[in-house]
Amino acid sequence: MTLLQHRPPAGASDHPEHAEHHDEPTFVVKWLTSTDHKVIGINYMITAMVMFYLSGFMALLMRVQLSSPSGIGMSLQTYNELFTMHGSLMLYLFAGPFAFGGLANYIVPMQVGAPDMAFPRLNAFSYWLYLTGSITMLLGFLTSTGAAAFGWVAYAPLSTSAYSPGPGADLWIISLFLTGFSAVFTGVNLVATIFYLRAPGMTMWRLPIFTWNMLVTALLILIAFPVLTAAMVFLWTDRHLGTHIYSVAGGGVPVLYQNLFWFFGHPEVYILALPYFGVATEIIPVFSRKPVFGYKGLVFATIAIAALSTGVWAHHMFTTGTVLLPFFSLLSLLIAVPTGVKFFNWIGTMWRGQISFKTPMLFCVGFLLAFLMGGLTGVMLASPPIDFATHDTYFVVAHFHQVLFGTTVFAGFAGLYFWYPKMFGRMLHDGLGKAHFWTMFVGFWLTYLPQYVLGLHGMPRRVATYPAGLGWASLNVASTVGAFIIGLSFLIMLVNLWVSWRNPVPAGDNPWDGHGLEWFASSPPVHHNFEKLPPIRSERPTWDYNHPDARTIAHGHGTADYELVGAGARGASGAGDGTTDA
Amino acid sequence: MKIEARLLVGVALFFLVTGVGYWFWSYEQSGTVMLIGAVLLGLVPGSYYLWWSQRMTPRPEDRDDGTLAEGAGVIGAFPSSSIWPFVMGMGLFSCALATVFGTWLLAPGFAAVFAAAIGYTVESRRGGTI
Repeated sequence: MTLLQHRPPAGASDHPEHAEHHDEPTFVVKWLTSTDHKVIGINYMITAMVMFYLSGFMALLMRVQLSSPSGIGMSLQTYNELFTMHGSLMLYLFAGPFAFGGLANYIVPMQVGAPDMAFPRLNAFSYWLYLTGSITMLLGFLTSTGAAAFGWVAYAPLSTSAYSPGPGADLWIISLFLTGFSAVFTGVNLVATIFYLRAPGMTMWRLPIFTWNMLVTALLILIAFPVLTAAMVFLWTDRHLGTHIYSVAGGGVPVLYQNLFWFFGHPEVYILALPYFGVATEIIPVFSRKPVFGYKGLVFATIAIAALSTGVWAHHMFTTGTVLLPFFSLLSLLIAVPTGVKFFNWIGTMWRGQISFKTPMLFCVGFLLAFLMGGLTGVMLASPPIDFATHDTYFVVAHFHQVLFGTTVFAGFAGLYFWYPKMFGRMLHDGLGKAHFWTMFVGFWLTYLPQYVLGLHGMPRRVATYPAGLGWASLNVASTVGAFIIGLSFLIMLVNLWVSWRNPVPAGDNPWDGHGLEWFASSPPVHHNFEKLPPIRSERPTWDYNHPDARTIAHGHGTADYELVGAGARGASGAGDGTTDA
Repeated sequence: MKIEARLLVGVALFFLVTGVGYWFWSYEQSGTVMLIGAVLLGLVPGSYYLWWSQRMTPRPEDRDDGTLAEGAGVIGAFPSSSIWPFVMGMGLFSCALATVFGTWLLAPGFAAVFAAAIGYTVESRRGGTI
């Protein structure tokens, strides 16, 4: 158990002429040419963060407009552009790429003990497609007719050339080609990495849950994104080549667009959520000083959520009157079951653990609360009678913001605080991190709780002004104040990054007493990640190596000694029966 | 490799059941076609993995008792840097913008894509073990 076994670094082949040279290029050249998954991952994260701040700024502009019934004089076109680009940037260019481009790219190869992603150059190519796609979408603001203004869903016929002329809409469509291919390539890369580059002993039932979730997410990407690309191709040909796929006039079917879009769109929600569930599942055990509770239950819950999520697309289309209500309502309600399993396991992991509320853990607890609220209102909306009453109101807006803010922002930034020491070898300030959390937490509830009430009072979404005298103004003011508190919290995070950059506090290789293999590497990891690896006998090899005296259960090991010691060991006992799977 | 195979075949089976149920409940075409696509996505690689996993000796990463020494050797070639992904990305960017700003952008776009394709290939041949 204590013996370190050598594993020659990859690329050290028999042919010395192929040996790699490590004269690392510097700044711009490095950015342009690196195929190292760590550099690409950080590129992804920085780009995604820029998109996040831009998009958040747009959200603040909208909240200012909505703070009084008549607004501040923003034109309707501007408002339409803002909510379209806010949604598009957040969903296509921040939330997804931050998770499967940034965090997964950096962490997954390290967690499986691989020197890099399976296809390093394809990985770099994905990043360039993502960056150019992002630029393409933003270019719309520089055109004379403005950016796309049809909502992030771009429903036909509103998005056809008759109602949305101009290059802004075309740029939006083209940008989804580029980022869609980027996502597909990253998905292929992740699947190949997880299937083929695991270190010996790292069986599928020992993969950390984050890696499992990324594998399932990658499969969902491969199912969903091609459909989006197809929908965009049809939209483009309708706009420019005179086809009538979505236009009634030419015998087409507008609802087809909605079917195609939501067949992508609902899995997309889980493409955004599952990686962040994985982040939370990595962080909670580490800060509870316990192994994760119900390992296999979490894996099967992830698979079940992903499978069900592809069978519920039309619950966004209940009010079109053309969909099978009971089928989609049933499957939507069923998703609550595996999600409940996940909650049970997260709480079970914390139960009787020695919890230390460091910043990442605090963000995870915030995630649990936020996602619980968003998830429960989601169960309400899965019921067609409630959906008919609240469709396209602020109730729905508040629901999906709580779900997506809860996962992508709370859990996403938990991941950032958690892995930042690994990525840069320095700590983020814990006090500033907590200040970030508490301001964001207060702002989050103050922003979205009034929106539920507004929705129940009938305020429709995507309006720039609303009638005075309905009692909506004060709730909107509260929501605007909350949004600015969230904005403030992200300024605190910038300060935190600045402080850690100016006054670095060395992190050491393993500041949190982490579980996964990534904590075994140096901080920041060397080129090709590992000089040595510990023996892998459970889903937390680094912890096993650092605590040789603790009796742990060899995960998935048929002949393991199942003697349990302490509350911590009890958690993994239910999952140690993988005797036949190899 | 067996678990990987079961995962993919499981994807296919789930969408087969869902797709059949959906078709006979709704007779709606677009959704059924998309579900069939998802069946194929799981079935095509999954059946190959399943076939192969019955015949191969389990890899060290498939076995609970796999040791690191068993995995020693060349894992693959991992180029540490390459300009060609960037060139190809810029080429496709140019081609994409051509659909909005004018077809002349296709010329530099295709030039960059072809240059990158050749560059990639030459680089791979030089690099050896891919």
